[in-house]
Amino acid sequence: MDYFLSSDLWFALLKTCFLIFAVVLPMVSYTVYAERRVSALIQDRLGPNRTGFPLSLIPGVKNDWSPILGGLGQPVADAVKFLLKEDFVPAHVNKFYFWIAPALSMMPALVTLAAIPFGSTIMGVPMVVANINVGLLFMFAISSVSVYGIVIAGWSSNSKYPFLGGIRSSSQMISYELGMGLSAVPVLLIAGSTSLPKIVDFQIHNGWLLMPYMNGHLGWAKTILWIPAVIAFVTFTISMFAETNRLPFDLPESETELVAGYHTEYSSMKFALFFLGEYTAMIAGCSLIVVLFLGGYHFPGIPNGAGEGGWLPFPHFAPGTFWHAFVNACWGLVNITVFFGKVAALLLVFIWVRWTLPRFRFDQLMKLGWLYLFEIALVNIFLTAGILAFTH
Amino acid sequence: MATYVVPRPNLTWKEKMYLPAIVAGMMITIKHLKRMLMGETKVVMQYPEEKWDSHMPEHYRGAPTLVTDDHGRERCVACQLCEFICPPRAITIIPEEIPTESKFAKVEKRPKEFEIDMIRCIYCGLCEEVCPEQAIFLRKDYAITGTTRAEMKHDKAKLYELGGVMDGLVHKWNPKK
Repeated sequence: MDYFLSSDLWFALLKTCFLIFAVVLPMVSYTVYAERRVSALIQDRLGPNRTGFPLSLIPGVKNDWSPILGGLGQPVADAVKFLLKEDFVPAHVNKFYFWIAPALSMMPALVTLAAIPFGSTIMGVPMVVANINVGLLFMFAISSVSVYGIVIAGWSSNSKYPFLGGIRSSSQMISYELGMGLSAVPVLLIAGSTSLPKIVDFQIHNGWLLMPYMNGHLGWAKTILWIPAVIAFVTFTISMFAETNRLPFDLPESETELVAGYHTEYSSMKFALFFLGEYTAMIAGCSLIVVLFLGGYHFPGIPNGAGEGGWLPFPHFAPGTFWHAFVNACWGLVNITVFFGKVAALLLVFIWVRWTLPRFRFDQLMKLGWLYLFEIALVNIFLTAGILAFTH
Repeated sequence: MATYVVPRPNLTWKEKMYLPAIVAGMMITIKHLKRMLMGETKVVMQYPEEKWDSHMPEHYRGAPTLVTDDHGRERCVACQLCEFICPPRAITIIPEEIPTESKFAKVEKRPKEFEIDMIRCIYCGLCEEVCPEQAIFLRKDYAITGTTRAEMKHDKAKLYELGGVMDGLVHKWNPKK
């Protein structure tokens, strides 16, 4: 009973609502938009550039368009289209699992976001929904659940292409989880904690893992540690591509071979859930990369939500006054913006890679996962441990 | 048949790593993106605002239309050859006599109704080819749309409106000089 009356619960609910409805879901829809626009620009096309604000179909409004910014209303139009489509359930499917699969692919992606520290503090409240000391393990554990959504979708559709997609996805995701988990171990060794907020704190005080001189401290030990950090970053990012089913590793979907893979039989909102789940998983994955390697919400010069650190000139007020709290809250918001700015940059890289590389063959995919990434990550752990042992 | 054994290329360790090639590929795609953003690539036509109309070749086969000549006579004599040649049977003609008091009474017949079903029309141009009177021409209209089936049936008035006046045709019905 005490727990329900405590402010922790209400803060957690507030943070969840803010994170999901104000940040992640809009980000998902605009990632889809960015995907379409960037792919178009890369292929010398323009992409969706008509559905601007106000939406073009309002009568009496000039149907204006601009080549670059015109399509910003596209996510709204897409959502309306998904809502209006017929939700068709084929007769031959296993109804229960067919219905539960889209939720199973969307939910883990949203739940993993709980452990992500997406900002410092605002008014003393830490900007992480669940501050648990096994945050990284939690992320891995929950994100591996999302494979069930895909496998169950493939199996319950009771048709060949989805089945092949589901089978491929299960073997792929299990293979790459291994490499991903192992390539995160050097980070844990260096930071000395599995708590994601603590890993961010470590990077704020000792430089980002990928850019160790971000805080100005020089040192040869740091430079040597940078090598395993880069290897870990590369292997982790590649595994993340496979884990989120992005091209070059989108074999579960592989449109040219399997129609649409595991979601071939789905339509309307159920398909949209798979679609959104995929992009939410991408955002969760990018957030994890940002937290582990790119210093989380930290940016040189910007203080955290308690007004500490940072060298940017900003007005100082006496602690306890309203303006002091206000300025600090503003810095907290800036921290959140910085975090999601980094995530957005990584998402753009994901999109960029997707429209550059062709798909791997399945045996190449397995070979890469088991013969290279796994071994490199394993050796990298010993390399990191050795360096740490000799430099401390 | 001779057999050629194509030797597999010996990859260096740099090529085997794939990563340099991936980065090179990504540089190519980002170059395309940059050129699009700077407006250096111009390959896309903004369709409803920009059209091909001015670049349309003379032989373009658009919607079939009926034409009048420079004397104001409707060229069609309702011989119905186009109706019979039309592969999808899109054309329906009901002929009528030209009243004797008319200036063109010599021609004897004209279409009372001339309908082309644009849902059926395949733009093959056989009607234009078969016409002995140079009365039906495929013009350059290509965006034939409508919200009802009735709207997609071009009647005589619509066909003459699309066709307009055609100069430089053979005037075989003119009186001999």
